[in-house]
Amino acid sequence: MVVVKFYNNSKFRRIFFQVFILVSFIALIVFIVNNMFANMEKRGINTGFRFLTSESGFGILQSLIQYDETSSYGRTFFVGLLNTILVSFLGIVLATFLGFFIGISRLSSNWLLRKLTTVYIETFRNIPILLQILLWNTLFRRLLPPSDLEILPNIYISREQLTIPEITINPFFYVMLVVFFLLIGFIFFYKKRAEKKLFITGEGSPVFLVASVLVVGYFVVFIALRNVSFNFVDPIPGRFDFETGISIIPELFSLSIALGVYTATYISEAVRSGIESVDKGQREAAVALGLRKSTIMKTITIPQAMRVIIPPTTNQYLNLTKNSSLATAIGYPDLVSVFAGTTLNQVGQAVEIMLMTMAVYLLISLFISLILNIYNKKSKIVER
Amino acid sequence: MAMEKFIKKPDRKPPKLIQSGPISWLLKNMFSSVTNSLISLIAILLVIQSVPFLVSWFLVDATWQGENRAACVENSGACWLYIREKFNLFIYGFFPKAEYWRVNAAAILFFVLIAPLFFKKFNFKLKWGLSVMVLYPVLTFILFYGGVAGLEVVETNKWGGLMLTVFVAYIGIIAAFPIGVILALGRNSDLPIAKYLCIGFIEFWRGVPLITILFMASVVLPLFLPEGVDLDKLMRATVGITLFQSAYLAEVVRGGIQAIPKGQYEAADSLGLNYYHKVSNIILPQALRIVIPSLVGTSISLFKDTTLLLIIGLFDVLAMVVATSADILWLGFEPEGYVFVGIIFWIFCYTLSRYSFKLEEKLSFKKN
Repeated sequence: MVVVKFYNNSKFRRIFFQVFILVSFIALIVFIVNNMFANMEKRGINTGFRFLTSESGFGILQSLIQYDETSSYGRTFFVGLLNTILVSFLGIVLATFLGFFIGISRLSSNWLLRKLTTVYIETFRNIPILLQILLWNTLFRRLLPPSDLEILPNIYISREQLTIPEITINPFFYVMLVVFFLLIGFIFFYKKRAEKKLFITGEGSPVFLVASVLVVGYFVVFIALRNVSFNFVDPIPGRFDFETGISIIPELFSLSIALGVYTATYISEAVRSGIESVDKGQREAAVALGLRKSTIMKTITIPQAMRVIIPPTTNQYLNLTKNSSLATAIGYPDLVSVFAGTTLNQVGQAVEIMLMTMAVYLLISLFISLILNIYNKKSKIVER
Repeated sequence: MAMEKFIKKPDRKPPKLIQSGPISWLLKNMFSSVTNSLISLIAILLVIQSVPFLVSWFLVDATWQGENRAACVENSGACWLYIREKFNLFIYGFFPKAEYWRVNAAAILFFVLIAPLFFKKFNFKLKWGLSVMVLYPVLTFILFYGGVAGLEVVETNKWGGLMLTVFVAYIGIIAAFPIGVILALGRNSDLPIAKYLCIGFIEFWRGVPLITILFMASVVLPLFLPEGVDLDKLMRATVGITLFQSAYLAEVVRGGIQAIPKGQYEAADSLGLNYYHKVSNIILPQALRIVIPSLVGTSISLFKDTTLLLIIGLFDVLAMVVATSADILWLGFEPEGYVFVGIIFWIFCYTLSRYSFKLEEKLSFKKN
C-alpha cells in the first residue's frame, strides 16, 4: 500500500486551507477594529448610536414627514430614506414606461421610429448618469421662470420650487376609496364571467367598454366631488415666500427624469431581447389561428417575453435606486445627502453613519433579489 | 444545353410591381398602415422641431472665436470659446503647465506599447499584452508623480481632468482583475468557508452604491489603517473603486466559469492536474475568452462611474466643468461644459461598446 503523506491527503488539505482562510480573515477584522478604536480614541470621536436621539439643528428643503431643526438625527435618517424612496419611485415609473415604449419601438416596422430609438439609446446610455443629472438640473434652473408664475390655477412654478395647494383628507375620501375597490372587484368579476360565457356559449361580452365606462365615470364623479373628499388650502403669496401650500423642489424632477431617462435605455434593451426571445413559431401559430396583431402581442408575445424581461428590469430598478444617491451632487435631500453628508459632517461618527447608510441599500438589494429568486422559481418553464 | 428547348417559357411577364425606388421604400418602411403613417408623422414633426434647434445651437449661432465672455453673450448659441479657453484644464486639471509633456508622453507611450499587438507576425501577443497591462500603470504613475530621474514631484492633488479620469479607470480595471478572478474561483469552490466569504464580499460591494463606497474610502478608511500609514485621497478612492469593480468582475468571470462543461474539469482531473494547473491551463483560458465582451461592458460602466470622484472632491473631467464654470470671467457656461464632457465620454464608451460588439461576433463565429 502506498502511504500518502498527511499533507497530501485531500481531506487534510481542505480543512487546512479553510482554517487558514478563516484565521487570516479574522485576523484582518481584528486588525481593522483595533486600529479603528485606537484612531477614534486619538481623534476624540464618540462611539455608539446615542447621537440618533440628539437634536439635529439643521433644516431640510423637502420632507415627507414633519421635520424641523429641533428634530433628532434619527428623524433626519427617515426623512432622507423617504426622499430616496420617493425619487426612486418616480424614476422607476418613468423608466418603465419609457423603457417599454422604446424597447417595443426598436422592433417596429417603421424605419424612422427604429432609427430614432436607436439614437436615443446610444446617446443616453453612453453618457455618465452624474453628468446627465447635472445637465438636467442646470437646464431646469435656466428654463424655469425666475419668480413664481401661476401656470395653472393655484399652482405656481419658479426656479426655487413648484408650489401646489395643501391637501388634507376628509372622511368622505375613504368612502370614495371603498367605492373604487368595489368597482375594481366588480370589473374582475365581470371579466371572469365573460370569459366563462365565452367558453360555454361562444358569445363575447363588451368587457373593455364596460370597464372603461365605469373607470372614466368614477373619475368624473371623483373630480366633481373633490372638494368633499379633500380640503384644499390654496397657496397665498407672502412677502418672501408662500405662507401656505406645499412646495416641491425642482431637484426632485431633474433627478427622477435623469434617472428615468438613463435607466430606460437599459430596460428597453431588456424588453427588446425579451420579445426577440419568444420563438418565432409562437407568433406564426397565432397568425395561423387568425388572431389580430394587437391580440398576438398582448396574449402571446408579451406574457412569454416577461419571463426574460423581468429579471434584468428588476436589476435596473435596483441600479436606479442606488444611482439616486447621486442626489447629493445637486443638493436633493436624499439619504446619502442628509445623513451620510450633513449629519456625518456635524456628528463625525463616520463608521456608524456609513454602516447605517450602507445597511439600508444592502437591505433593499437583498429584499429585491429575494423577490427575484421567488419569481424565477415560479416562472421557470415547466416541461412535460 | 439541349434541355432548355423543352422548358416552356412563360407566355406573359409577371405583373409589374414597383419594388425599388424611394417611393416604394417609403410606402413599405414608413407608411405601411394608418398607425405607421401616424407614427411617422409624429416622428418627422419631432425631427423637424429638434434638429434645426440643435444645429443652430451647436454650429450656426455658436461662438467659436473671440477674446472674452462678451463675444459669447452676443450670440444665442453655444459658447465654444469657453471650452477653448479652458481646454487645458479639462484635459490636464491643475497639472503644472511646464509638465504637460509628461501626460502627453504617457498617452503616446500607451499607443507605442500596444502597437505590436496589431502585427500579425508578432508571436508573443499574450505575454506582451499582459506585461504592458501591468507595467503601463506603474510607468505612468512614475511619470506623473515624478521624483525620479530629475522629474519634479507633482502631488496627486494637482492631478485632474481627463487625465485623472482615464488613470483612475485604468488602474481600477487592471487592479480589480486578479481580485475578481480569485473571488469568482472562490465563489465556485467547494470549500464552504471560502465560498461564503467570497459570496459575502461580492454581494456587499454589489449591494451598495459606489458613492457610499467613495465616502467610506475618504472618511472611514483612514480610521482602519494603523498609525503612521497615510494614503492620500486619490489612492483611497482608487482602492474603493478597485474593490467595487472587483465584485462586478467576479460575477462576470463566474458566468464564464459556469459555462465551461463539466467534462473539462473531469478531463483535467483524470490527467492528474492539480488545482492550480487545472484552473490556470484549462478552465480560465476558456472561461475568460467567453466573457471578454462582458468584461468590456463592465469596464465601460466603471469608466462612466469615475465621474463620481467629483462628489468626494477630486477633480476629474466633470468636476473641472463645475470648477471652471465658477470662474467669474466665464460664469454660466455649464451647459457647454457638460455637453463637451458628454461628447468625450460618448466617444470613449461608444467606441468601446462597438468594439465589444464586434468581438462578440468574431468569438461566436469561431465557435461554430
